Amino acid sequence: MTTTRSRRAAGLGVLAGAALALAACTPGSNTAGDDGGETSGEPTDVRTDISDVGDVTLTVWDQEVRGGQNEQIERLNEAFMEAYPNVEIQRETQSTDDLNATLRLALTGEDAPDVTQVNNSRSQMGQYVGAGQLLPLDDYAEAYGWHDRFGDSVLQNSSYSPDGVTFGEGSVYGLPQVGEVVGVYYNRDKLDELGLEVPQTWSEFVDQLPAIADRGETPLMLGNLDQWPALHVFGPVQGAYVDPAEIRDLGFGNAGATWTDDANLQAAATVQEWAEEGYFGDGFNGADYDAVWQSFTEGEGVYLMAGSWLAADIHAAMGETAGFFAPPPTEEGAGPVTTGGTGLPFAVTSQAEHPDVAAAYIDFLTDADAMEVIAETGNMPVVETSEHEAPDSLNAEVYEAYDRTITDGALLPYLDWATPTMGETLGQGLQSLLAGEMSPEEFTQAAEADYSEFVDSNQ
Amino acid sequence: MYGATPYWFLLPAFVVYAAFLLYPLGRAVQISLYEWDGLSLATFVGLANYADVLTDAALRAAFGHALVLIVFFAVLPLGIGLVLAALLMRARVRGLAFFRTVVFLPQVIAMVVVAVAWRQIYAPDGLLNTALRAVGLDALTRTWLGDFTLTLPAVGLIGTWVCTGLVTVLLMAGMARIPQDLYEAATLDGAGPVRTFLAITVPSVRPEIVVSLVLTIIAALKTFDLVFVTTRGGPGSTTTVPSYEVYRRAFELGEVGSAAAVAVVLTALIFLLNLAVNRIGERER
Repeated sequence: MTTTRSRRAAGLGVLAGAALALAACTPGSNTAGDDGGETSGEPTDVRTDISDVGDVTLTVWDQEVRGGQNEQIERLNEAFMEAYPNVEIQRETQSTDDLNATLRLALTGEDAPDVTQVNNSRSQMGQYVGAGQLLPLDDYAEAYGWHDRFGDSVLQNSSYSPDGVTFGEGSVYGLPQVGEVVGVYYNRDKLDELGLEVPQTWSEFVDQLPAIADRGETPLMLGNLDQWPALHVFGPVQGAYVDPAEIRDLGFGNAGATWTDDANLQAAATVQEWAEEGYFGDGFNGADYDAVWQSFTEGEGVYLMAGSWLAADIHAAMGETAGFFAPPPTEEGAGPVTTGGTGLPFAVTSQAEHPDVAAAYIDFLTDADAMEVIAETGNMPVVETSEHEAPDSLNAEVYEAYDRTITDGALLPYLDWATPTMGETLGQGLQSLLAGEMSPEEFTQAAEADYSEFVDSNQ
Repeated sequence: MYGATPYWFLLPAFVVYAAFLLYPLGRAVQISLYEWDGLSLATFVGLANYADVLTDAALRAAFGHALVLIVFFAVLPLGIGLVLAALLMRARVRGLAFFRTVVFLPQVIAMVVVAVAWRQIYAPDGLLNTALRAVGLDALTRTWLGDFTLTLPAVGLIGTWVCTGLVTVLLMAGMARIPQDLYEAATLDGAGPVRTFLAITVPSVRPEIVVSLVLTIIAALKTFDLVFVTTRGGPGSTTTVPSYEVYRRAFELGEVGSAAAVAVVLTALIFLLNLAVNRIGERER
């Protein structure tokens, strides 16, 4: 009997101990974010000359791991340390997914980086801004003239209101280096063979699709197994039917727009019709994204709607055969309207010990000289894009499409930025819409439910 | 008789166990009672996260998918494994060790590698469809990972492929223990191979059946990497699973409290199912 009793006593002791340990603190009570307001509240004197701040170590987290991306950062870091010998940059680089997963923990810990790349989306940058973990850079923007360097269609992608509620306006929280644009890759030989030319208007483009299908070719290659690729088809289609200002509100998750109007419905019906007519080929919902663009480079299909980030790889595989155009405007000669944005912006954390140095570094990474380096290493500069020489013929067309979009047309935010759950809502919705499992009405209602629930809870 | 002395010997192991298992578990339970974005101060919400888990239709569907996966991860491998193990043991084939290794091999490969390989096999122009076309069965080709009804079974069959080896090897170990004279006696009494299988082999390996069910049910319910790599929950939401929800809520949506609640419910479900398996297995012995 003694054993039972002492066992029970031991069990109670364990429970009591566990309860004590747990009662110790509320989750989040030991995070650095609580006093974030102090550092960001008082505007300190902004210094743009940092050569006399003493020896400083600047910890920078980035996700520029691939060839040309890595090269440009290495070159710029070196140049920065040469210009300011008193600053040592401690660079930590990891893949985008890893950065997304680890940054949240790092920002609340003791060893937060001074400068970090942050995903623009509400579930990342938005939440960090709301929690006071990133520094608003307005004073620096004025001192360095960032508003002149970048157009609004670029800066809005890293702007939030200080409470994180409004996206796309308010204070600037980061600066990007490179641009991104979703457009249409085409196979030049195939177009010639079919007797077609690069379409100048949207209706011309739409009319070409059945003509291509009649000849036994796949008009629009799509590999949608991972759900997000269809967003890059739907975005430009939406741009052709819906007012850009409304798409911006929908994409940034700001109040005042709706998914359920006729224009959005028409966009949804259009992509569904394309799927039903077989324009995306067989089994697109089960096809791998990478496998599909690779088979496009091997001569399958005529068009591929995808982002500028594929240009280097596609050019390497197809050479001069590959071309790129921005989704054609509804009226000839107008500027193109399409999905796009910037690379991940560099932001300053509120734990940064020397915000002046951090801001100077960000400025250095994105000034005119840096853009030169960025172009030289095969990346697309975020501003004055067409003034730089592209590394190859395909990228030259991509640069031009991007430049025309940000100057004459409208660069629309990625739709999944709107709410933390929108990526999944639209991804699942589009897969279902294209498979005929959902009607256009059901699709727009699902998107509206997600959007309006978020907007309501965000007020 | 020994008083508290034995417990002092247990203490070092218990401290490690408590620090790395009990404390995190308790902490997860605690976090599940809060609404927390992982960044700012959490607010206590009581059982609201659990209420959400129970009322969220999408999440209920995810748990439903996990239960379907149990059929593919646990029930099918057990059936196949019993027959396979019995055949391998009774047939006295040469190179038994070789077959055992081959059958066990999927278990050795990392799940992510398995998933990547099967993603290729299931691709529209992948091995499976190519093979079907080669033998003239064009009508049977499907978009295996993009079909709203077939994708869940297709993903489940990967689990069957992985788990069968483990179950077979476990059962073979159990069958090796059965005295041969039992079979001899049964044969003399006129029992055929099916009868001896059902009357001698299966009852004798009951403990191994319980162990393999426990292991495979856990594998089925905690499936994450397989779904993450092959379908990401698609097409639509037909292959979402609870573990994937935990990851998504914690790391993508910043709903750490809700993620912890899902994880706790999942842990409880695994615990209860295995308790049931153990109880049934022991009672009928």
